[in-house]
Amino acid sequence: MASLITCPHCGTRPKEEFTIRGDASPVRPQLGAAFAAWDAYVHLRDNVRGPMKEHWQHSGGCRRWLVVERDTFSHAVHAVTDAAEFARGQAGGPGPAAKPARPARAAKAATAAKGRGQA
Amino acid sequence: MSFSRFSDGGLIDRTRSVRFSFDGRAFEGFEGDTLASALLANGVTLMGRSFKYHRPRGLLSGGASEPNALVTIGDGPTREPNLRASMVTLRDGLVAESQNRWPSLGFDVGAVNSALSPFLGAGFYYKTFMWPAGLWETLYEPLIRKAAGLGRASHAPDPQDYEKRWTHCDVLVIGSGPAGLMAALAASRAGARVVLCDENSGFGGRLLRDRVEIGGSDGPGFVASAIAELAGNPKVRLLSNTTVFGAYDSGVFGAVERRDGAGSGPAQRIWRIAAKRAVLAAGAEERPLVFGGNDRPGVMTASAMRGLANAAAIRPGNHVAVFATGPSGHETARDLLARGLAVTLVDARADVPAPDLAASEGARVLKGHVVADATGGKAVSGIEAIDRATGKRETIKVDALAMAGGWNPVVHLACHRGDRPVWDAQSGMFLPPAPRDGLAAAGSAAGILDLAGCLASGAEAGAQAATDLGFRPRKADAPAVREACGGSTGFMTLWHVAEARGKAFVDFQNDVTVKDLGLAVREGYGHVELAKRYTTTGMATDQGKLSNVTAIGILAENRGVTPDRVGTTTFRPFYTPVSIGALAGEHRGAHYRPVRRSPLHHWAERHGAVFIEAGAWMRASHFPREGEPTWKEACDRETLAVRSGVGISDASTLGKIDLSGPDAARFLDLVYTSKMSTLAVGKARYGLMLREDGLVMDDGTVSRLGDDHYLITTTTAAAGEAMAHMEFCAQALWPELDVRLTSVTDQWAQITVAGPASRDVLARIVDADLGEEAMPFMAARAVRLHSGLAARLFRISFSGELAFELAVPARQGEAVADAILEAGQPFGITPYGLEALNVLRIEKGFITHAEIDGRTTPGDLGLGKMVSAKKDDFIGRAMLGREGLQRADRLQLVGLRPVNPAHRILAGGHLLEPDAAPTMANDQGHVTSACWSPHLRSTIALAMLRRGRDRHGEILTVWDPLRGVETRAIVGDPVLLSSGDAGKARPARDYPPVTPAAPRAADWLDGLTVDADGRVRLALLPEAPVYLVSGPTGKDAAVRKTAQAGDGAIRPVQPGQALAVGQAGESLTDLQQRLGAAAELSLCDLSDARVRFALTGPEAAGIIATQSGIDLEGAFATSGASAPTLFGHVPVQLTRTGQDSFEILAFSTYARDLAESLARSIRLLS
Ligand SMILES: [Zn+2]
Repeated sequence: MASLITCPHCGTRPKEEFTIRGDASPVRPQLGAAFAAWDAYVHLRDNVRGPMKEHWQHSGGCRRWLVVERDTFSHAVHAVTDAAEFARGQAGGPGPAAKPARPARAAKAATAAKGRGQA
Repeated sequence: MSFSRFSDGGLIDRTRSVRFSFDGRAFEGFEGDTLASALLANGVTLMGRSFKYHRPRGLLSGGASEPNALVTIGDGPTREPNLRASMVTLRDGLVAESQNRWPSLGFDVGAVNSALSPFLGAGFYYKTFMWPAGLWETLYEPLIRKAAGLGRASHAPDPQDYEKRWTHCDVLVIGSGPAGLMAALAASRAGARVVLCDENSGFGGRLLRDRVEIGGSDGPGFVASAIAELAGNPKVRLLSNTTVFGAYDSGVFGAVERRDGAGSGPAQRIWRIAAKRAVLAAGAEERPLVFGGNDRPGVMTASAMRGLANAAAIRPGNHVAVFATGPSGHETARDLLARGLAVTLVDARADVPAPDLAASEGARVLKGHVVADATGGKAVSGIEAIDRATGKRETIKVDALAMAGGWNPVVHLACHRGDRPVWDAQSGMFLPPAPRDGLAAAGSAAGILDLAGCLASGAEAGAQAATDLGFRPRKADAPAVREACGGSTGFMTLWHVAEARGKAFVDFQNDVTVKDLGLAVREGYGHVELAKRYTTTGMATDQGKLSNVTAIGILAENRGVTPDRVGTTTFRPFYTPVSIGALAGEHRGAHYRPVRRSPLHHWAERHGAVFIEAGAWMRASHFPREGEPTWKEACDRETLAVRSGVGISDASTLGKIDLSGPDAARFLDLVYTSKMSTLAVGKARYGLMLREDGLVMDDGTVSRLGDDHYLITTTTAAAGEAMAHMEFCAQALWPELDVRLTSVTDQWAQITVAGPASRDVLARIVDADLGEEAMPFMAARAVRLHSGLAARLFRISFSGELAFELAVPARQGEAVADAILEAGQPFGITPYGLEALNVLRIEKGFITHAEIDGRTTPGDLGLGKMVSAKKDDFIGRAMLGREGLQRADRLQLVGLRPVNPAHRILAGGHLLEPDAAPTMANDQGHVTSACWSPHLRSTIALAMLRRGRDRHGEILTVWDPLRGVETRAIVGDPVLLSSGDAGKARPARDYPPVTPAAPRAADWLDGLTVDADGRVRLALLPEAPVYLVSGPTGKDAAVRKTAQAGDGAIRPVQPGQALAVGQAGESLTDLQQRLGAAAELSLCDLSDARVRFALTGPEAAGIIATQSGIDLEGAFATSGASAPTLFGHVPVQLTRTGQDSFEILAFSTYARDLAESLARSIRLLS
């Protein structure tokens, strides 16, 4: 029926004003990153039960992309931040000419990809 | 003696009689009656037939939980089935009908089921209809459907209006009995915004039905003064006839307000209530007792009988029996004795508390007795009482029987968020779970059954909610209270009477008996969820409101465990049934979703266009002329006209995005496959956007209008997706890039002029050199028309012909299109629609989203060269390199022509080697687009074919089993028509220039005002220039200050973006000068992309609440507040210009739809 999301720019609005994209935590790898890192970024997602950070756009309002921290089980919304702020805050958040993807992440992704390949 | 009416008393207005009919018979009741009370006053106790056994049934609980007295109200298209007679307010001319009987309520053939009952026990569906399987469709299902008799819908379109509204509050109070009233009073006195809902027509709950004294006044008197106080508080909204049906996330509640019989306005209204706190004061249902024949008409709960006697002056005969396990039975006895009736009180308790006995003094009290059976036919006529100590039976003649089996708190809404009620062995009740998300129960919904306790608990809950929100409630003294039995509340738990002989019903609506539940346990379905499905207990319209707890108790008893071990079923919305019409609101039929109209919509309409839905748009499909029986003839003519002469069509629906900012070029390189940064100013380039997985998302053009200024076009179909994607890239992926994206789709009327004569036609309109050198292929220029109007001209072709796209501000579109028609007259200019457009592009092998279907790479589409190998990074680059996307045997775009030109190829057909069996393994690809080419005199098609580029010349079978078509076709290049008539340009003659007429507002907007008796008025505001002012991150203050210079108002869109609106009639240049924007800010002209409405009057806020979920009393309460929001499904910028006045800046292509929607809401007020 309804639920509410508080846009940091517009205030509290019904969720019908927003469009969900999905998990906000994957960081876009650099060109030249291992294929597994790209595979993880594009394809691999956890089915989280509990707190999760997601990209939502306030498509029926200010049109800013937001990071909504919410609980996928209770639907409680804990925090909403602007996606640009979130991206700047992400450690090693890469720009088109920034550092290479974090090795830890790529390694983890590689393991994940391998694991799934065998499954 | 049957039921009748006392000659005095009650809350009915005996001076105002109300006529109604039931099953065709005319009756009279009084104002203040429900349908149920009016029927009882007329001696009608038989109100329905039961679901399975078709047993005669009368009123049982007399409230929202009523399982028996289900009726159909109304005839013709407004008929509504399955309404509870106890919840239908009597009104003049009401037509009611009983259900589930044939041929009549008194004589029902289906009652034979009762005789067959040994075969119709629990699980009979599963057991009886097992075999043979073939009979399911032909015999069993139709039979069951016919027998499953609840009410019938009308099957005609519902002519009534429905509305949805948002409301916001600090504290929502659900239920207006003693606890609810006190909660509402406490919270509102503390200053909180309160919404009080009650599902009955009057507020007060049990205070209207029980004889009590509060602070010196009676129940109704106390209610009247409390309601008067609440009604006088502007921060309180009182909603009667309103059922809160669901508790949702974030404190949003759904409620339905029934307005049946209201002279005007919507029949029903859905409220979406956003509440920071909620008090559930929904009361408790009295538990029926389970004994033989407990379903006979005339047997009802003690509180129902008492309430009917006190509030509606219903006399349940001369001699009434009361079967009690607690004080409620004694209270009912007290009230009936006071009216001079004889009462026999059968109390299951051996030791009856003194206060209970004091209340029922004068009744014959049989302590330690139970009612084993109620006897009678279509109404109860006697009871069999048993002394449990001696086993002695006694038969007593009675006119009616009341049951007081204890109480079930109404915990539903406290459990909608997933929690389960908690069994309290001490009181024998399921109590609400711990408060969650700001919702707390109070009063008897929390298991507090005495009046003083309810008042205190309600006051406390209201005060607590207010305190939580920072209000400071004053401590109020609890009023002195006098009630029956001195407020004693304890009752004995008696799940069922084992001594019963007749059918003892647990779930009345589904005819589930004690025996059925016993059988369920024996057959292994002892968990409540299993028992529910096996026996159907707790299903159908009442969802077991009365029966579930008893069913759990009986299951527990059968299994030898406590009720909490049996568990409860899951509580979900809806609390009571809500009609689909109410849920749909205004979004049905033509208004199912908003309609978007191009600025040339009216122009196309005037020229006879037939429209077709394309996403949200209505697009011109073709322009039929006389003598053209189908669209095909029109399409052929239009297609031929373009290639041989010149055609005009509407390209305004293409997505248009204005891109500016110092990093614009860099940004484009990141989102397109090709290098856009090398594009020269004044030129356009075709581009592909990929998804991150390497597949094509959309195609379109990029035009460089200035060093840091681009215009991007997307397809109509993917415009929204492409815009959101680019915003994601700019905001979430690369926020360090300073780029500003603005949708300008609504700003421009984009007119395609295509064909060899297009240059000659446009030369009469555009004041510029259109020659090959000045305006080469893919040129993109700012131009002026001969009239002086500033426009943009693009030499872009989607037909393969010499073609131009002329963009003019949307309001000028119609006049310019007419001028082009006039200018094209000597050249035989022909308007063409989407069908011809499609033929023209298929002939030339141009792709659309039929080919870009989410599975294709640039290479598949023959556009591999558009992927720049030199570029560093762009969306999709890494994944496009995947082996699977580069394989040679992928499906590739080809053209197809049938071997026999007269044969058909249809889109969707599959490609097979000749004579290959149609199997998945043999599948070679599929047809994506197909049409009749009037130039080639043949069907032609585009297809995705395995290794297609290497197979030109092969003959394949197009296999289309759905439509039974099999065609041999030759594979070839996607460009099917190599050279049309291009180049055959006629010698240009000197024709004089044509000047467009002055534009006028479209008819629908002319003088638009909708007024509801001065309560609210919608009017179009005069045109004024509009700029979107954008700046880099951190320059928000400068952006707002610049925008404010327009007309003094600040209309923020997002950080770094605000709308500047000029004065009415001011020119764009004047506004630009007045804004004096700093160099780092950019201005994007949206004057024609927005339409301004004013909504004024005391009801303006109410009308906005039908459209938007914005809280108008929170941050938006002050004049000057402005924000983007969604009106229905349409985005707007809403600005509060005064206490009762608002400005709505709507997208111009949605403006008509929005105005119609607002006008409809306004008309519902008057
Ligand atoms: Zn927003």
